[in-house]
Amino acid sequence: MSINRRDVLKASGGAAVYSALASMGFFAANPAMASAYKKEWFETRSIADTLKAMGVPAAANSADVSITSPDIAENGAVVPVGVTSKIAKTEMIAVMVEKNPAMMAGFYEFTPNADADISMRVKMGQSSDVYALVKADGKFFMAKKEVKVTLGGCGG
Amino acid sequence: MASPMRIRAKAQGDVADVRVLMAHEMESGQRKGSDGKLVPAWFIQTVEAKHNGKTVMTAQWGPAVSKNPYLQFKVKGAKAGDKVAITWTDNKGESRTDEAAIA
Repeated sequence: MSINRRDVLKASGGAAVYSALASMGFFAANPAMASAYKKEWFETRSIADTLKAMGVPAAANSADVSITSPDIAENGAVVPVGVTSKIAKTEMIAVMVEKNPAMMAGFYEFTPNADADISMRVKMGQSSDVYALVKADGKFFMAKKEVKVTLGGCGG
Repeated sequence: MASPMRIRAKAQGDVADVRVLMAHEMESGQRKGSDGKLVPAWFIQTVEAKHNGKTVMTAQWGPAVSKNPYLQFKVKGAKAGDKVAITWTDNKGESRTDEAAIA
């Protein structure tokens, strides 16, 4: 039987819809781990608001959370920030730059197969405190470190 | 599509140290282009790291992450030859996965 134009268009239309859905993340590879993007956590403008958006009741300062970053960053567009948590059962580390318009730089969720030890590079608009928030065994801990920036990194 | 990620994974005893360099503009949406208009936000929102097919860590990023993001993390119980795969997805729905073997 001959293939007519209508069948070809129907088939390719279906393929287009599939790939559009796939690129929208419809067919999440690992639904158990892939939680929805926490848009609200990235829209806050103060540390207190961010903790509220995240549902953090209180965070105790902890010396077991260490932030590795330069005291003075030459280039605010690329500031290396490392966070290590020595607290047992750390499940999440969040990195926040207080004086940035977009305060939450990012957060990480660990399975027992990854160490609570990450390093990333963030943009800093100006000298600011960098906060690390750790969730371990249902409780929250925080540490902060001041990073001075000589040249702001938000393209302003 | 996007350029490949550079993944370097090195076994250090029972733990693998993984360093990833991703190629992405990471536009915060705050920057003005040469025409004076705000460049729309375009940044990686989620990252998933897998070891031998099993997810070990996920990350959610905001626009404050630097261009061409660098990420370093550690995988437990890893040995040379194991596979590490990194997937990122950005706010436009684009996504990319790259894989490397642990050295």
